[in-house]
Amino acid sequence: MTKKQQKMLVRIIATFVIFVGLFICEHAGLFERIGSKWILFLIYLIPYLVIGYDIIYKAARNISHGQVFDENFLMMIATFGAFGVQEYSEAVAVMLFYQVGELFQGYAVGKSRKSISDMMDICPEYANIEIDGKLTQVDPDDVEIGSVIVVKPGERIPLDGVVIEGESLIDTAALTGESVPRRASAGDDIISGCVNGSGTLRVRVSKEFDDSTVAKILELVENASSKKAKVENFITRFAKYYTPIVTILAVLLAFLPPLILGGGWGEWIQRACIFLVISCPCALVISVPLGFFGGIGAASKIGVLVKGSNYLEAVAEMTTIVFDKTGTLTKGEFKVQEVCPEGCTKEELMELAALGEAYSNHPIAGSIKEAYGKEPDMSRVGQAEEIAGHGICVPIDGKEVLLGNEKLMEERKIRYTSVESAGTIVYAACDGRYMGAVVIADSVKEGAKEAIQSMKQVGVKKCVMLTGDRQQAAQAAAGELGIDEVHAQLLPGDKVSKVEELLNVRKGKEKLAFVGDGINDAPVLTRADIGIAMGSMGSDAAIEAADVVLMDDDVRKIAAVVRISRKTLKIVKQNIVFALAVKALVLLLGALGLANMWEAVFADVGVSVIAILNAMRALKIQK
Amino acid sequence: MKKKFKLEDLDCANCAAKMEDAIKKIDGVSDANVSFLAQKMTIDAQDDKFDEIMKEVVRVCAKVEPDCRILL
Repeated sequence: MTKKQQKMLVRIIATFVIFVGLFICEHAGLFERIGSKWILFLIYLIPYLVIGYDIIYKAARNISHGQVFDENFLMMIATFGAFGVQEYSEAVAVMLFYQVGELFQGYAVGKSRKSISDMMDICPEYANIEIDGKLTQVDPDDVEIGSVIVVKPGERIPLDGVVIEGESLIDTAALTGESVPRRASAGDDIISGCVNGSGTLRVRVSKEFDDSTVAKILELVENASSKKAKVENFITRFAKYYTPIVTILAVLLAFLPPLILGGGWGEWIQRACIFLVISCPCALVISVPLGFFGGIGAASKIGVLVKGSNYLEAVAEMTTIVFDKTGTLTKGEFKVQEVCPEGCTKEELMELAALGEAYSNHPIAGSIKEAYGKEPDMSRVGQAEEIAGHGICVPIDGKEVLLGNEKLMEERKIRYTSVESAGTIVYAACDGRYMGAVVIADSVKEGAKEAIQSMKQVGVKKCVMLTGDRQQAAQAAAGELGIDEVHAQLLPGDKVSKVEELLNVRKGKEKLAFVGDGINDAPVLTRADIGIAMGSMGSDAAIEAADVVLMDDDVRKIAAVVRISRKTLKIVKQNIVFALAVKALVLLLGALGLANMWEAVFADVGVSVIAILNAMRALKIQK
Repeated sequence: MKKKFKLEDLDCANCAAKMEDAIKKIDGVSDANVSFLAQKMTIDAQDDKFDEIMKEVVRVCAKVEPDCRILL
């Protein structure tokens, strides 16, 4: 609690004690002997002023500034009205109840704001720089690119950079939501905002603070609340009309019935006061943005940055999702998937292939050498001859070795067994005898299949894959993953037009998302309703263009974000319906003379508090 | 030029909305955002008149919500 709130609490307790005392006196009949109503008025004025003096002061001050319809003014009029009709205890009680509600509301909002900002607490406060052998703490802002910083165990990494010395485990949870720490040693890139584990690291800074990951994330999150969702805009517009309308109704209610029906002014003024108390739209104005803020907070907790409430809202309506293949659904690294030897062992075939490709720097040669795992003995290899479009011919241990595609085998009249596979196939032959084949392919990312399944579970109707890759490779990956539609052999420009085609076929409110790792993807990310980019692998341009960023590149998180967004929207809608329903009901009852001031104050601050507490649920992540 | 300011004692969400509205109406302000949750204000205004505009912003805000202080 802040000092201001503590002071308020003391006032509330004091008023409560006095009020209870007066209440007992009144019911014990002690006041009956007091003849004059004025003395009673003065007695009740004491607790009223203790609890409400600031409201009256603020109301008067705001009127002098030309701000008429604020809460303070409305409360003042309402309680003055109660005094006017000689309901003294009610005037005090209403003011007391209002202040209790306000205090509780302020406390709840403060608390929720804090829990959200704590989560965003990834900003490093200092960087250690070594000057003349001594460590000095400086502002991360002042560190230049290329300087060397020291990150001690347990410290937050202040700037992006490359480790030059030391080894440690790095906790990336604050950025990626990933709980398993990542190992970092000399030569590894590390990003700011993560927490260093047990080892001391010396890091060469590669980006200035303003360009570093942590500064970018903070900026994204801070700007997120300025991109308002449709619901939020609706509430803002609604609030603008709601208060004046209810106030006008209150005035009409106070004057029209007594003039038409005659008699009893007091009764109608009291009913009008009820209207005034309910006329503040605060419950909606606070709880709706708070709900979205909580939803964005919950998403960032699992390592997904949503750049605005509007995008969080759109994710809930996502029915089509388009993936870029390489780097998004597949790892983007070519590996030996299968070794099919004929007449020799796997090891012999791999040795042959590795020796044959020893001098080549083709990417396929690289993956064969990597799979072989040993350093090939170069002395056994003679002068290689490249046969463009076919493969390679190398003498090894004096024997002629052929490595290449089907065309090479056919040209050299070698009887080979054709291998059916989606990947690239390297056939091998030694002195005219077929030895077998090695299949090299990109592999599907861990969890990609699961990701597609869970997206279907949350209601995504169509999963589409776009790729520049060969049809066969694309089909194979799509089959394995359970993708509905595949478009292969696309040039980068074709992706935009394909996405536009898909945008045209969707109906009504349905939204389309595009997921890409960023190379050439920026235009598509912008064109889609929701652009989802890979945070750690993606290019800066893609992260800039995207609306949602997956910090750890894990596509499984998309379904989780859909769930968070649905939950957030549900909470927001509950709040709107609940607040409006209670207000409408109390307005109606008030007009009919069936509700009193207590219900009115409940419909104002009570509803606010409940709506705020409900909005806070958006911050929690369901497992 | 875009600048961010911290706000102190911004107590009600409706006031934040009113402040935002009022600031947007000031001459030379191209965009403004008052975030009740972050207790921050972002103002995008003409460079050469920024100081004058800020004076006006402070005046307007004091009118809407006198309790709230802008930390310049």
